[in-house]
Parts: sequence; structure tokens; C-alpha cells
Amino acid sequence: MSILVDKNTRLVVQGITGHEGLFHTTQMVAYGTQVVAGVRPGKGGEKVLDGKIPIFDSAKMAVSVTGANTSVIFVPARSAADAMFEAADAGIKLMVCITEGVPVQDMMRVRDYIDKKGVRLVGPNCPGLLTPGQAKVGIIPGDIAIPGNVGAVSRSGTLTYEVLYALKLVGMGASTCVGIGGDPVNGTNFIDCLALFEADPQTEKVVMIGEIGGTDEEKAAEYIAKNMHKPVVSFIAGQTAPPGKRMGHAGAIIEGGSGTAADKIKALQAAGVRVASHPEEIPVLLK
Amino acid sequence: MKLHEYQSKRIFSQYGIPIPKGEVAATPQEAEAIAEKLGSRVVIKSQVLVGGRGKAGGIKLANDPQEAEKIASQILGMQIKGLPVRKVLVDEAADIRSEIYLGITNDRAAHKPVMMSSSAGGVEIEEVARQTPEKIIKVHIDPFLGLREYQARDIAVGIGLLAEHWLTFGKIAQGLWKAYESNDATLAEINPLVVTGDDQLLAVDGKMLIDDNSLFRHPDLAEMRDLDEEAKSETEAREHDLSFIKLDGNIGCMVNGAGLAMATMDILKLFGGAPANFLDIGGGASAEKVAVALRLILTDPNVKAVLFNIFGGITRCDEVAHGILAALAEVKPKVPMVVRLVGTNAEEGRKLLADAKMITADTLAEASQKAVAAAKGGQK
Repeated sequence: MSILVDKNTRLVVQGITGHEGLFHTTQMVAYGTQVVAGVRPGKGGEKVLDGKIPIFDSAKMAVSVTGANTSVIFVPARSAADAMFEAADAGIKLMVCITEGVPVQDMMRVRDYIDKKGVRLVGPNCPGLLTPGQAKVGIIPGDIAIPGNVGAVSRSGTLTYEVLYALKLVGMGASTCVGIGGDPVNGTNFIDCLALFEADPQTEKVVMIGEIGGTDEEKAAEYIAKNMHKPVVSFIAGQTAPPGKRMGHAGAIIEGGSGTAADKIKALQAAGVRVASHPEEIPVLLK
Repeated sequence: MKLHEYQSKRIFSQYGIPIPKGEVAATPQEAEAIAEKLGSRVVIKSQVLVGGRGKAGGIKLANDPQEAEKIASQILGMQIKGLPVRKVLVDEAADIRSEIYLGITNDRAAHKPVMMSSSAGGVEIEEVARQTPEKIIKVHIDPFLGLREYQARDIAVGIGLLAEHWLTFGKIAQGLWKAYESNDATLAEINPLVVTGDDQLLAVDGKMLIDDNSLFRHPDLAEMRDLDEEAKSETEAREHDLSFIKLDGNIGCMVNGAGLAMATMDILKLFGGAPANFLDIGGGASAEKVAVALRLILTDPNVKAVLFNIFGGITRCDEVAHGILAALAEVKPKVPMVVRLVGTNAEEGRKLLADAKMITADTLAEASQKAVAAAKGGQK
């Protein structure tokens, strides 16, 4: 078992012919992910990867012909919201938006729309998902993690790689790793993933990697205290970040005194979560 | 991106929000001329992108044009929280009877815009939230429906506004929503919105923050960015699509990924050091970009050591190594450098750097400790 993606995932890549889209499609296929279709308006009928993957003009056509159930989005920020609306209308139930730089008002409209439709979104501005040994949907390097019983959820990309890699070095593996992204308004949040990990029989322990900005970590802490039986270990980035400055991620900002690392760490510790002082300490705390 | 008060108010005015008559001056003489033209008591307001201008003495009343000239010359020479005042707004002074707060921002947790209002205007909303949270009326706005008339009326009632002002208040609230939505603002705030002695509503101060991610569809707003108000290094970084923030420490940091960059800063602190900057070179960074980034770090005279922490995923370590070599050849740094390369093509990267006299490390903890030690050594 695992969460959200596995060997049965049938993936459509929106924006498959772009530089990033094509590169990562190659990587995902090499990992063993079932990539069944691509979307690029105007290139319907063509194929990529030596004729293996058909391209369609629309997500709707891709879904009806190939039975795709999951989509990964690599289209540029200015069209990303439209790609998400399109995937939702095409009947996709899980979409993963890798694109960075989607305007936040676009995301508020997307979030409102997909919530009403019952569609799950991971991202945007995220590295996607990796279920080691089964499927990778997004851009997480496949070779940094091995299959195992640790569920990982994170707002960051490379920081997550760092943690997965540190786990691998001591022989610990992951059930699924979910990068939920660094934007202020996104689809899936910490609590969604914690609930899925709590219910997943393969997952025995959970790593949650947060950062400054917003109050999602505090809410997750409340949820953990009330609902989680599996142990949770955490790391919060940005303890040295100055207030009022956006630290790379659109959502990583301390505003009006709220969203500090200190508040998040305090809330998590109060909920019984062990918080690592640096990323390489996580494997030690998980043992 | 922050807009100045005068820019924000001009935008508000385009959406039917009444603002005081006034103009911007860069010299005391211009301020005098504007006051002369307005022919009334004026308020001289420093235009800098920080809060607390009033407390710092950056907002003052002038009774006549001569006084306006004198006060403008004082304010134009000052620094407010380290920022020199280059422009003042000269506005007709309002006859203030009461002050209201009205603003729209993004409620991240609710993933919807929220309009907030309070009868305690003229005070920062965070302050009101701390002291008297019951005075703040909040209404979430459906991103597809927009602000409805009844919602604006509910707010007017909630803050205890007299019925005779509801209609005007509703128009102002609607204008503020439109200004927020049409310009992809993350904050649009009137503070205070005043009720004048002759029973008019007037937006005497305004503030807007624009979503940087939306600037591709707002070229007019992008042009309003005031480059004088940010560190030169941050401007240069943005031009090269690098995410850079200057800090007070002495260890320069070059990292790929925002979360990892923050974690790297934190771990330096943990081991007794202090980061000189936040820098995310992004995914798939090219050699050229790395060179620009290193130059940026080294322009800071405080920097006593540099730490490179690269976790190769999309970013290839050999490509970064080429960038480091190119930059070293060009800037010839005199400070020690610690490098840690892990992930995609790390081995190739390390080989490339073998002759570059850099300190190497395998783990993040080791790299950080070596950087802290190197920075201390460099201070002798």
C-alpha cells in the first residue's frame, strides 16, 4: 500500500512537449510510472518517447481514449489555472501541478472550483509525489528513496530530497512522499496527507517538513494531537528568516508576527511531535 | 511588490474611491507649488515603503505654502527605518471626525479573499486584532461571485456606521474589491477611511501589495516598482531570476531550493554561525546563473566565508561546478569556500572542483560546521 499514487496510476501529462514536461516524462517512464497520454493543444495525433505516448489536443480526449485517472501539469504559470480547470472538467480525480508562479487569485478560484467538484490537487509549486518502487508523478529524483514504512509530506522540494536521502543512507525507506508545495493557497495540505498516512497500513511513521508562513503546521499539530496514532517527526525551516520577506516560496513569509518557525515548533512539540534541530537528525528521531 | 501610498490611492481613485486632492513632490519648491495650488491646509507625507511613517515624524501638517516648503525640506532629508525619503505626497488636509479601517487580503487558511473593517481606524489592523479583536468585522468573499452588496452593508452595520453612510460605504467597499481583484493585489487597504466634518467619506491613506506572480499580466504595475527602495543586490538577483535576500551575518550561502536554503541558514545558526544571505538559485540552474549568484554574495563586504549546498535533482552538480569555476576565475574571491555536492552528477562536480582549493564536505552538518569555522578563521 501507499497513498495517492501507485503502480495502478494511469497518468496524463499536461504540457508534455515543453522542455520540462518532456524531460520529466522520460524520467517518470524510466521509473516505471504508467504514463498513458500527453496533452498539447495543436499536437493531437502526434506521439513522444519513440511513439510510446500519444498526444491529445485536450485533457477530455486523453481521458476518454486512455482512461487516465491522474494528471501532472507542467504548463507555464499563465496557463496553469486553465489546465487545472480543464483536468477537473475532464473527470481527472487527482491532479499534480508542478508549475511555479501561479497567481494566488487564480489559485483561490481553482481551489473553490475543485473543492465543489471533489477533485484532489497536489501543489502547485511542488515536486509532486513518489511512491518508491511503484510510481513517480512529478520531479522527485527516483534514486534518492527506497521503499519502506515512512510517510513523508513537505512544503519544500530539495529539502525533502535531503531528508529522503538521509533516510536511505541508514536503510530507511518511504511508503509515499508528497510534496504539497510552497504556495500560500494550494490543494492538498498537511492534514489531508496525515489522515491518508494514518489510514495507510504500509505507513508506520510520518515525517512532516514545514516552513515559515501561514498556520498549516499549527493546524496539523492540533490534528496530530487529536487523531494520529502513528509517531510523527518534523522539521521546520526558516528559524533564521527575517519577518516581512518572502523566502523564495510565495507562501514562506512571516506576516504581522504570525507564521514564525518558533510558533510552529512550539505547537508541534505540544502535540507530542519530535522536532529535529536539523534535517539530518530526522533519521535518528525516527528510529 | 509594495506600492507607495500615492500609487495605491491613484489606483483606488480609478475605482471610484474618493481620495484627497494632492500631488507628489521631489523637492521642497515643488511641495510649496502644490500647496499654493491646493490653496488650503495641507499634509506632507513621506513616500517610503515602510510602516510607522507618522511616528517617525514623516507625516506633518502645514498651514500655508511657505510652511509646506519648510516641512517638505525636513522630511525629504530624513531616513525612515533606514530608507531615505525621496518623495513626499502633498495632500489637502482632511477635517477628520472619525476614522475607519477597511481592507481586503488573502485568507490563506480559508483560501478566499477576506474583507476586514473596524471602527478603530488609523491604527494597524494587527494592533487592533491584538487589543480589541471584537472590533474587527470579517467577511469572506466568494472568488467567483465577488463582494455582494449585502456583505458591504453587513460590514457597515457591524462597525456601527450611521445608515446615511451605508450607500457611500458600499460603493467604496465595492471599489476596493474591484481594485484588489483587477490588479491581483494580495492586500488593498484604506487606513484610515475617514468621515469628514461635512459628512463625506474619504480615503486619506492607502496601501497595496501586488502578487509578484501576477506581474506578467500587469505590465503597468510592474513599472511602478520603486527600485530605490530595495537593496541593489536584490534588484540584480531578480533580473537574473534568482531569489536573494540580504541578511546581517558573515557566511554567504548558495543553495538550490527555497526550503533547503532556509534550512541551511538555520543550521549555520545552530552551529554558532550567521548567514549573510538567503539565496535560492532555483532548479536546473545554469553555470551563468551560478556565476551571477556568487558575484552577488561576494559584493557584501561582511562575507567571510561562502557555503555552497547543492542537492542535485533537476539541478546537475557538474553544471553548478562549472558555474563555480567560471565565477571563481572572474571574481577571484579571497574568502574560504566550503562546498557540498550531493545527488545528480555529484561525482563529476566534485572532480571538476578538485583543483579549486575549496573545502569539501559530505553532509549538511559537516559543511555547516566547516563554514562556521572558516568564517571565524577569516575574521582574525
